Amino acid sequence: MEQLEPTLAAIAGADTIEAVEALRVAALGKQGWVSALLKSLGAMSPEERTSTGPRIHAAREAVTAALSERRASLESAALEAKLAAETADLSLPAPAAPRGSVHPVSQVMDELAEIFADMGFAVATGPEIEDDWHNFTALNMPETHPARAMHDTFYFPDKDAEGRSMLLRTHTSPVQIRAMLSQGAPLRVIAPGRVYRSDSDATHTPMFHQIEGLVIDKGIHLGHLKWTLETFLKAFFERDDIVLRLRPSYFPFTEPSVEVDVGYTLVNGKRVVGGGGDVPGGGWMEVLGSGMVNRKVIEFGGLDPDEWQGFAFGTGVDRLAMLKYGMDDLRAFFDGDVRWLGHYGFGALDVPTLSAGVGARA
Amino acid sequence: MKFALSWLQGLLDTKADARQIAEKLTSLGLEIEGVEDASAALTQFRVARVLTAEKHPQADKLQVLSVDLGDGNPLQVVCGAPNARAGLVGVLGVPGAVVPANGMELRKSAIRGVESNGMMCSTRELGLGEEHDGIIELPADAPLGASFADYLGSDPVFDVAITPNRPDCMGVHGIARDLAAAGLGVLKPIDTASVAGSYPCPVEVRTDDPEGCPAFYGRVIRGVKNGPSPLWLQDRLKGAGQRPISALVDITNYVMLGYGRPAHAYDLAKLDGAVVARRAREGETCLALNGREYALQPWMTVIADDSGVHDIAGIMGGEHSGCSESTTDVLLEVAYFNPAHIARTGQALALTSDARGRFERGVDPAFLDTGMDLLTSLILEICGGEPSEVIRAGQPPLARKSFAYDPALAGNLGGIDVANGEQKRILAALGFEVSADWTVTVPTWRPDVDGAPDVVEEVIRVHGLDAVPSTPLPRADGVAKPTATSAQMQERRIRRAAAARGLNEAITWSFLPTSEAEHFADGDLWTLANPISEDLKTMRPSLLPGLLAATRRNLDRGATSVRLFEIGRRYLRGEGGASAEQPSLAVVLAGEVAPRGWDARANGGKAKAFDAFDAKAEALALLAEAGAPVENLQVMGEAGAQFHPGQSATLRLGPKTVLARFGLLHPATAKAFDLAGAVSVVELFLERIPARKGPGGFARPHFAPPALQAVTRDYAFLVPAALPASDLLRAVRGADKANVVAARVFDDFRGQGVPEGQKSLAVEVTLQPAEKSYDEAALKAITDKIVAAGAKLGGVLRA
Repeated sequence: MEQLEPTLAAIAGADTIEAVEALRVAALGKQGWVSALLKSLGAMSPEERTSTGPRIHAAREAVTAALSERRASLESAALEAKLAAETADLSLPAPAAPRGSVHPVSQVMDELAEIFADMGFAVATGPEIEDDWHNFTALNMPETHPARAMHDTFYFPDKDAEGRSMLLRTHTSPVQIRAMLSQGAPLRVIAPGRVYRSDSDATHTPMFHQIEGLVIDKGIHLGHLKWTLETFLKAFFERDDIVLRLRPSYFPFTEPSVEVDVGYTLVNGKRVVGGGGDVPGGGWMEVLGSGMVNRKVIEFGGLDPDEWQGFAFGTGVDRLAMLKYGMDDLRAFFDGDVRWLGHYGFGALDVPTLSAGVGARA
Repeated sequence: MKFALSWLQGLLDTKADARQIAEKLTSLGLEIEGVEDASAALTQFRVARVLTAEKHPQADKLQVLSVDLGDGNPLQVVCGAPNARAGLVGVLGVPGAVVPANGMELRKSAIRGVESNGMMCSTRELGLGEEHDGIIELPADAPLGASFADYLGSDPVFDVAITPNRPDCMGVHGIARDLAAAGLGVLKPIDTASVAGSYPCPVEVRTDDPEGCPAFYGRVIRGVKNGPSPLWLQDRLKGAGQRPISALVDITNYVMLGYGRPAHAYDLAKLDGAVVARRAREGETCLALNGREYALQPWMTVIADDSGVHDIAGIMGGEHSGCSESTTDVLLEVAYFNPAHIARTGQALALTSDARGRFERGVDPAFLDTGMDLLTSLILEICGGEPSEVIRAGQPPLARKSFAYDPALAGNLGGIDVANGEQKRILAALGFEVSADWTVTVPTWRPDVDGAPDVVEEVIRVHGLDAVPSTPLPRADGVAKPTATSAQMQERRIRRAAAARGLNEAITWSFLPTSEAEHFADGDLWTLANPISEDLKTMRPSLLPGLLAATRRNLDRGATSVRLFEIGRRYLRGEGGASAEQPSLAVVLAGEVAPRGWDARANGGKAKAFDAFDAKAEALALLAEAGAPVENLQVMGEAGAQFHPGQSATLRLGPKTVLARFGLLHPATAKAFDLAGAVSVVELFLERIPARKGPGGFARPHFAPPALQAVTRDYAFLVPAALPASDLLRAVRGADKANVVAARVFDDFRGQGVPEGQKSLAVEVTLQPAEKSYDEAALKAITDKIVAAGAKLGGVLRA
């Protein structure tokens, strides 16, 4: 029993798990002194057992408790040391994932498709390498029409099987003819896509994007055209103060023809769409060409102009993108500069929806 | 089309000011591109008298003037004009004034050591003309000190864009008529006092080409005196942006700009025999007034005499027979030319002129005599002379179009109801005749109007387009229906998938330098006949060349990692001479896939270049998004000569249908595109991806996970080094389809322990028990099948 105090002192002083274990064996192991004392209980008289027994049990408990306490404390210290050794500098950068982007022209085309889908317009397409019948003749521009010369057309030396000259479409309007011929009436389509003019300066590139709209139905008139364009521009720019100015104009494929200006105000030297153009600091900017579809064009589309009438409009997608999102150089659209694409491009998840607003805010 | 307010006021009795006129013109469809008031820039310039003019002490050509602004405080001004002299009244720009011609602000300065307090100005410096031989000289009684702007008076110049359908508005008179119809004044009648000739026309005038030139009127005026035209005429022409030349030429220009009626004046002394409108003859040429020689084709109409061609009919006169200062006898030509014929000739010769612009749009065929009268009176008034009788060869087409019109169309097509009386008023003011039963007869000067919709346009534009009320389009019941086609949905999906994978969408030109297009050609190309430049000439047969050029530009700008993609068309040859434009997606990966980094576990901390597997990952991921059955695709060779022969492949559905190709670029291709380093690319041929059958439902198949847990087993095969791993995988997967649900290669080892010419492929196979768990015998049976399948490919299971 006189070993109890030295044992407890040894346990308290043990500085490794192994030393604690050795002390446990020495005290509580088969050959240990506590075990020996416990065994001696059997040989004792009942009186001896009553007086000595509790002291032996108390010694055993004291040793057991001291061992477990010491062990826990040593283990905890060891874990702390291990974790301390594992410290990482989390201010170092994590592996970077590249950020992709959607081109502004694609984004705006998605926005337009979303807006016009709500008004019942489907998206139609047609070839970019067109024949002169679809690009000009069927749009009421016969061969000597002065407007043909104004189109700065790119031609191919080729002719198709019907002897028609092949060219790069100068507008998306031939899709009107193709849509009427293939789908008949009633019809509501938009046709976005690449178009080409032999023209190049700061504001013109030989390739650019247009979107065409066409409605053919019964009883469609200029008032419907006006409403459609107002509704579209309000939805696109997400502003209620869009003011349009309609001007009579001339396109061979519409009659009457209407050019559409939208009012803007100058904010920090940039044109911001909204408000009437006649207020101080404001102005009018041409954004759309439009009109009631010419009877001849409806006939070329295989429909009876006494039964069907409608309107068409066209505008530049690149310009709409510039007006909405603030780019000022058209040429950069087609350069593929990753810095520009990262700056003006859109995130993969910026999917235009009506409930969230079709535009992606900066 | 430019003209000054004073010219318009000569033809239109109006009280409207310049701003009201400009607004009305735009609302009528005669779009104002600008209103310029030259006097507005001249408020800082003042009328001044030169009191004394002394020689400059330091410069021979300069004088030192003392200039009086009428306030008794003469200013000292240095001047280099040869006509500067004491007593001259001119125009002084004071310090602070901005010189209109060059935008320079005048300052008090010292010129060769002599103080100068402003500048005496020339006509050109003030933007009022070309005159620059000396300073402006005003009448001696001009009010000293007055602002020159006030002295000149304001005469704003309108610049109007005339649409191609309005030849009648290519003269100020036609514009005045539109304004009058819109209520902005009263159109003044043209003074058409006919001038009788006093002798028969001494030259024979005829048309031998009634198709190209249906009518040719001619008259001689003899004894004229040509010289500078009077100031009023010069001012009108200058306002219209035309340079005054001589009275005879200026008069023809005045009638053209004022009334849209081109005419030509020949110097009779230079003509020889009859003057005839006829087709050109083989090999004939004409030296035109612009100094250029034009080779004529036999179908073109010309005006010629016995000695040859004098005029490209209706487009430009000849250098030889034009009027000059010495002209005394003149032959006037007033003709009507076939508009389509003029357009074709002008296009073929690539020659534009004011006359062509009017004739090809269609001048008023009923205006020949009036035009002749206007020209004759002006010439007699300004140049004197004696007119002959007029020869009228041929007949202009005077028939007027007439058709039924329903006034309800204004509402039904134009969207606004306009009272019948108002419609009649508008049409009458524009020169239309409307009968009681609404038969509309079109005036001769409106070749563009040939049906009821045109009449609606006339009514609406004069009534006011802004008054048309917005009317909602009829809307289908319920929520808008989906409209996108499967091709459109596929395109949207892969675009956003590619962006989500870290790729940047580019849009590149559809046309390429021919050499770059040929590098990727697979068949005939489309090459433009009239490209804007050699760099934009041939339609792309692949999206890769455009992206490679963009990649080069990015690397040249210092980009270290380029991940570009584009979705667009390849332009191929189709059926019947049409194009086949196929939807495609291409990816270019160049530079570093990851930069060097602090973490040594990632590639040893070194930068890593893109390799062919990066391309494969994009190809498969994007094909999957595009709806291709990627599980069934085979990796095969023959990506093309543009690719690294050992590190490129095609992804095929069946042996023939190539859905995509990918891999490293061939070094020769990289060099051709001026790219250094490895470039990894992908091209997807979207049109070849089989379409889904039908739209499909929304519900997914029932979810039924297996009841028992799957187990995995590893097998390592020694196989010939050239055997594609995918062949072994396909064999293993097919060895026991009831149990093998997946297999993947996790090691490809060559070297120690593997014989020369062989490799060790380690495959992890996933086995799915169905009814009961596998026992030893079942596993051995499966293993035997897998080993046998490997053996068919020459594979031996490693011990």
